[in-house]
Amino acid sequence: MALNRRRVAAAFLATALALGAQAQEKSIVVASTTSTEQSGLFGHILPAFAKSTGIAVRVVALGTGQALDVGRRGDADVVFVHDRAAEDRFVAEGYGVDRRDVMYNDFVLIGPKSDPAKVAGGRDVAAALKAIAAARAPFVSRGDKSGTHAAELRYFKDAGVDPGEGKGSWYRETGSGMGPALNTASSMNAYVLADRGTWLAFRNRGELRIVVEGDTRMFNPYGVILVNPAKHPHVKQAEGRAFMDWIVAAEGQAAIAGYKVGGEQLFFPDAKR
Amino acid sequence: MSTFGAVFGEAFRLIGALDLALLDIVWLSLRVSLSAVLISTVVALPFGAALAVTRFPGRDALVVTVNALLGLPAVVVGLAIYLLLSRAGPLGTFGILFTPAAMVVAQAVLIFPLIAALARQAVADAWREYAEQMRSLGAGPVASSLALLHDLRFSLVTIVLAAFGRAIAEVGAVMIVGGNIDGVTRVMTTAIALETSKGDLPLALGLGIVLLGIVLLLNVGAHLLKERAQRHHA
Amino acid sequence: MREPGPPMLPLVLEGIGFSAGGRDILSGIDLVLEAGPRTVILGPNGAGKSVLMRICHGLLAPTSGRVLWSHRERPGEPRRQAMVFQRPVLLRRSVLGNLTFALAVVGVPHYEREARAVAALGRVGLAAHARRPARVLSGGEQQRLALARAWMLEPEVLFLDEPTANLDPGAVREIEAIVQSIHASGTKVVMVTHNLGQARRLGDEVVFLDRGRIVERSAIDRFFRTPATAQADAFLKGELPWH
Ligand SMILES: Nc1ncnc2c1ncn2[C@@H]1O[C@H](COP(=O)(O)OP(=O)(O)O)[C@@H](O)[C@H]1O
Ligand SMILES: [Mg+2]
Repeated sequence: MALNRRRVAAAFLATALALGAQAQEKSIVVASTTSTEQSGLFGHILPAFAKSTGIAVRVVALGTGQALDVGRRGDADVVFVHDRAAEDRFVAEGYGVDRRDVMYNDFVLIGPKSDPAKVAGGRDVAAALKAIAAARAPFVSRGDKSGTHAAELRYFKDAGVDPGEGKGSWYRETGSGMGPALNTASSMNAYVLADRGTWLAFRNRGELRIVVEGDTRMFNPYGVILVNPAKHPHVKQAEGRAFMDWIVAAEGQAAIAGYKVGGEQLFFPDAKR
Repeated sequence: MSTFGAVFGEAFRLIGALDLALLDIVWLSLRVSLSAVLISTVVALPFGAALAVTRFPGRDALVVTVNALLGLPAVVVGLAIYLLLSRAGPLGTFGILFTPAAMVVAQAVLIFPLIAALARQAVADAWREYAEQMRSLGAGPVASSLALLHDLRFSLVTIVLAAFGRAIAEVGAVMIVGGNIDGVTRVMTTAIALETSKGDLPLALGLGIVLLGIVLLLNVGAHLLKERAQRHHA
Repeated sequence: MREPGPPMLPLVLEGIGFSAGGRDILSGIDLVLEAGPRTVILGPNGAGKSVLMRICHGLLAPTSGRVLWSHRERPGEPRRQAMVFQRPVLLRRSVLGNLTFALAVVGVPHYEREARAVAALGRVGLAAHARRPARVLSGGEQQRLALARAWMLEPEVLFLDEPTANLDPGAVREIEAIVQSIHASGTKVVMVTHNLGQARRLGDEVVFLDRGRIVERSAIDRFFRTPATAQADAFLKGELPWH
């Protein structure tokens, strides 16, 4: 019995130690979007950053809206997102400082090969959405206040369509990330707006393919913002700034440009110097 | 369904090619869930036993509450822990959000009602047999609770294993409080969720099979130990 | 060896009644149990013997009347009364562990426990079984262990509720011998039994209970030779052919 108790105590201690043995390294938390994380971009560029600065970047991938919320609460040091209007609000409200342009990628409209709304090959996203609504063809929306969701709602507005009217019939809000939304669209042969990076990395395509691309409105700019240290004093300001400086400088920009999936470049650096 | 078979085939191929990153994820899953189970068990077993052995005003309400908490969705637990541990929350100064420690806390809280409720039930059942003898010996609630927990150790192992299963299989809470950070807080379940959302169903399923294998191994081990000990004690 | 201190006996029951579910299970019990003579409680099934014994031991609170010990037990002192039940409840640990647990509960210091437990096992002939799990012992051995556990606490009074029911004759003889030794060591023995032969062998006096009331109390020989009441007479006639 006493032996048992000692054994349990030893196991307890060992586990506690193993848990505490987290390597003590310099690190920052970056709240970012599923599109950047799932496309594999961070996996490609962060090792280079860690190598040149010794700072590990811990990426929490969420929708843009959630990522900004995490920043608002002070749970991240840097946010790295793509919804310009929301970003500007974040800075104006005093939650973030020093916003910088980093890169852009583009959105693509995805749809089934059968193309019930007859939109394939077009370049006008608003016209395509209008046709989809008119045909009452199934459309999957992220519905999660992400940057992609915000862009989709902008395009519907441009098309003069209120997707809320199609709720419960052709317009399906999944309330999920890009990947799950693509999985849903794939299983029900629906149209869906996606960022090109996630689409290229996505494996479960089924009947889906790109139907509309190249509309200038579908360019999707990313920015980095430091969480305001005046509001959240624990923010790792120096390390956070080091990351922001690096990603907009030549080395970071080259790393972004160098990331390719299937030979295709996903993100286009556009930091202004 | 041919795709189902194909996905399974691919899953097993991936398991065969076990790589280091995957081992790290497995190890982190075990570390986090074992810690959570140990911490929760140390508190929940005596708590459940005390609920069975003592009588005090409000005890029945407490029992009902603990039983009801069994139905608490993991995501709600995750959200509550997130709000507590967030920098803007009451425990924010510890700065453990998005670390394994936060995941341990979330899982420990999540399985507490499970261990406490089942332990209470087991102890209450046994207590009917033991109560008079314990009181005759002059044992108070503390000594009685500990003695019963010790006597019920074989059934408690099953309860603790169930709790471990719930902890290691849970995804919603650890996703929220851990953030699924690659190499830091990515565990089996969040990795599965990630691969699923990337549409990489074979890898997701492969990870799922590995997870199942680990839980199975642990259960087999515990079962064998239990059988041996039980035979010894008749 | 008994702890110094004023004796607890006699135990005085004054007007004890016990009712449950609207039924009177005991009523008007006045009883004084003195140190010394071995008291056997006899009576038909359901007469209330077990309830009475539990009230004496403090496991049940009477619904009326008073239980008076000369001196109350004080917490931290070794228990000065003990009880052995028809079916002993043994913990799922070793034979020795069952005894050291009981000693720990009453606050015997760690370093004394094992020696006292080993001595107690020796007195009931279980020394060779010290390391075995208690629950694999035979029924008779389990009851001897329960007796060792009670005796080890050196109680002033020991209550026994049908300690040999369901045991084979050999085991019964062993238990009886142990009860005799416990009595010889100065402990007052109060026992419920259905075995009239055992009552004769182990009893000095009889308290006869029928339907919740004490009907007769007398010395053992007189009770068996010339029962004073019709109920006791009927009880003896009903029981004797079997023993
Ligand atoms: N704790 C209790 N509460 C209520 N009723 C009881 C309790 N214990 C026993 N009884 C009832 O009291 C009566 C006497 O029981 P008992 O004392 O066990 O009889 P016996 O003389 O055979 O030992 C029975 O009818 C029994 O059902
Ligand atoms: Mg009885």
